[in-house]
Amino acid sequence: MDDSFLYMAFVFLMAAVISVPIASRLGLSSVLGYLVAGVIIGPFVLGFIGEEGEDIMHAAEFGVVMMLFLIGLELQPSVLWKMRTSVLGLGGLQVGLSAAVICAACMVFGMAFKPALAIGLILALSSTAIVVQSLNEKGWFKTSGGQAGFSILLFQDIAFIPILAMLPLLAPEVLDPELVMAAAPAAGGEAVGDPQPAWFVTLKVLVVLGGIVVVGRYVMRYVFRAIASTGISEVFTAAALALVIGVALLMNFIGLSPALGTFLAGVVLADSEYRHELESDVEPFKGLLLGLFFIAVGATVDFNLIFENPLTIALIVLGLMVGKAVVLNILGRIFGLKGAQLWLVTLGLSQGGEFGFVLFSYAGQLEVVSRDTLGLFVAAIAVTMALTPLLFVLYEKVILPRSGSNQSESDREPDEVEEQGSVIIVGFGRFGHLIGRMLRSKGIRPTIMDNDAEHIEFWRNLGFKVYFGDATRHELLTKAGAAEAKLLVITTNQHETNMRILEAAKKHFPKLKVFVSAAGRPETYALMEGGADRVFREYLGTSLLMGIESLQALGVRRFNAHRTAWRLMRYDEEHMQEGLQMWKDRPTYFKRAKERIEQFEEGELRQVAKEVAGDNEAWDPGKFVERTDVELDK
Amino acid sequence: MVENKVLVQFAHPALEHSKVHRRMIRAASNIPGVTINDLYELYPEFLVDVEREKSLLEEHNVLIFQCPVFWYSTPSLLKEWQDLVLEYGWAYGSTGLALKDKAFLAAISAGGGEEAYCPTGRNCYSMYEFLKPLEQTARLCNMRNMDPFIYFGAVGASDAELEFMCHHYRDFLERLTQGYITLDAIERQSGKDRNILDMMKKGEL
Repeated sequence: MDDSFLYMAFVFLMAAVISVPIASRLGLSSVLGYLVAGVIIGPFVLGFIGEEGEDIMHAAEFGVVMMLFLIGLELQPSVLWKMRTSVLGLGGLQVGLSAAVICAACMVFGMAFKPALAIGLILALSSTAIVVQSLNEKGWFKTSGGQAGFSILLFQDIAFIPILAMLPLLAPEVLDPELVMAAAPAAGGEAVGDPQPAWFVTLKVLVVLGGIVVVGRYVMRYVFRAIASTGISEVFTAAALALVIGVALLMNFIGLSPALGTFLAGVVLADSEYRHELESDVEPFKGLLLGLFFIAVGATVDFNLIFENPLTIALIVLGLMVGKAVVLNILGRIFGLKGAQLWLVTLGLSQGGEFGFVLFSYAGQLEVVSRDTLGLFVAAIAVTMALTPLLFVLYEKVILPRSGSNQSESDREPDEVEEQGSVIIVGFGRFGHLIGRMLRSKGIRPTIMDNDAEHIEFWRNLGFKVYFGDATRHELLTKAGAAEAKLLVITTNQHETNMRILEAAKKHFPKLKVFVSAAGRPETYALMEGGADRVFREYLGTSLLMGIESLQALGVRRFNAHRTAWRLMRYDEEHMQEGLQMWKDRPTYFKRAKERIEQFEEGELRQVAKEVAGDNEAWDPGKFVERTDVELDK
Repeated sequence: MVENKVLVQFAHPALEHSKVHRRMIRAASNIPGVTINDLYELYPEFLVDVEREKSLLEEHNVLIFQCPVFWYSTPSLLKEWQDLVLEYGWAYGSTGLALKDKAFLAAISAGGGEEAYCPTGRNCYSMYEFLKPLEQTARLCNMRNMDPFIYFGAVGASDAELEFMCHHYRDFLERLTQGYITLDAIERQSGKDRNILDMMKKGEL
């Protein structure tokens, strides 16, 4: 294998391995980590990679295609159908209006109409890769703002090919037709300059799309079943990838965006029983390719150009983001978005997108826009893309906490925590809600907080006052009454979050008693060391209940099974404190744990042996004197 | 034809290790008119379902406590059962007439022989003395007290002896439900300490 390929792969992977964990430690999205990594290894800082960044970016764009396939898998066709108004309406208006505004601005700065319109259309597109990845990572994809944003991005994906087709029309009159033909395939579209008649093209599109739906619905199941039955997992992975790539090729053939096609294929397969298998197979490839893509974006930011024209670029960046944000904000309001959700769309989609790189390079070849101007805009797009994760940080840290939840469509006011119970429950999911119900059944009204909009909506509908909020911030704990509360119950299903809330609580309210739920032993020990008053392993009760019923199914009396279960729980809990001391020293820990497990089993078996030996009807003081080893039957 | 509907409140915390009651409960099974209520299996967490138990009592006219004797009393869950189910205003008190004229009977086993249960024996008192709290409980609930079914010497009992006893237990329950043994015939009379097992053995019932 070519050494330079391995070298490149190594540089990219190491950049990801180093930067992403740092970003995530800092509470930033992975996208930002990748972008910064790209800048660092790029030609302007360390210079590990040079001009090839752009080629890599084109290859890595396939990650976006895969991402849309995965999104499609998550969306049932009925859900997509419900989105049609927002895709066509909101999306169409966003592209149209943004293009118009940008075009007008360019003309104000003295550009001719044709290049101005080309720039407007290209810059109207936002970055699906960055936005969707960030939305997914933060869990905002399903919120109304996230859905609106996605609708717009979906329309932009559809609009990409028509814009590509329009560019030659915007070129100067004296244009060599061969140039158009030569440039078109490189830009990924065959439709451009296609001599086929319109009805034929339409027919081709309809047949291929219909084919995807029919094949996806009725044929793929048998194909997947046949492949799955071989039991060779990499063949299934190969099939999944082949499917995505095949659909992308088909789309190129009929002149539609590959991302759109694979998205459709995903939607068709969303009902399939192989959905999760497909997801888990494509996911890692998508992740790596997207990561690569983001790194490449970072690496292609042309700092020379930026340093030479700092003012011009700053002006373009600012103008672009503000202009698009204003359009988005107005449209968002018209389409019923409010509060934080409106701001999510406004800030989230204000950047230029990866399609911009492709379209600008094509526009350059067609001489629609002069090379110098073009370079400035490409650099500006890269900068806006790099700024986007920072805008998401701004949204998360500043706007979201201020506006409260507002995840619902209703005109819910920002959640002011009005009631202050003597108990605060943070995390009202499947684990925490039972605790809340128990407290309420004793007339205790806990103050309940959660940061998942759907949970909140769900429990609010059931009459529980659940407040939106990020309890890792001690200000919010204060508002919830942590200063007066007797107990804080932390049961979010995220260990990191639990840990951070515990830390905040212990730091600012040292007297407050804190109970925390934990997923497993490592988490339990971490929380115990973090000063939790009590840590509860989430599985403990349920697994014991299952053990009881399992014993019962095998003919063991329930009372006996119950006592074994609760003895085991007590025994195990006793060990936790001891285990904490030894946890760091694994060999000792395992040796001791093994001893403890054996001790328990021996103890239980000895008990049985005793009970068998001594007759249980034998309760009789006389007999006890003679047979002291016989335990009282209890 | 079922004359008497019998509810066996059965309490044994470790039936899997029992020689006597495993046999006895098998002997009492599948008799028309006899309902067995296995308390330790039903309420291993001691959460007695009071309403369920009350309606069971209402459906039967004979209540039997079948259990080993622990510390001169019932196993703890059966005591919990009494504490919770026999409510004021339902089982006793001026309006507590739900159990009125139903029959109460103890079917119990003791590890020691009958000779241990006398003033000169290790237990000082007869089993009939130890049964007095239950007897008085039934009386306060307006119930009629029946003679007890007592199996002494459970420790070291041979299989043959146990089979013999269980045969009598089943026979007794069958004839009681069918009405061949009347409640009048086994009603406890003051000054007469009778063991149903002995009467069955002698063919007096």
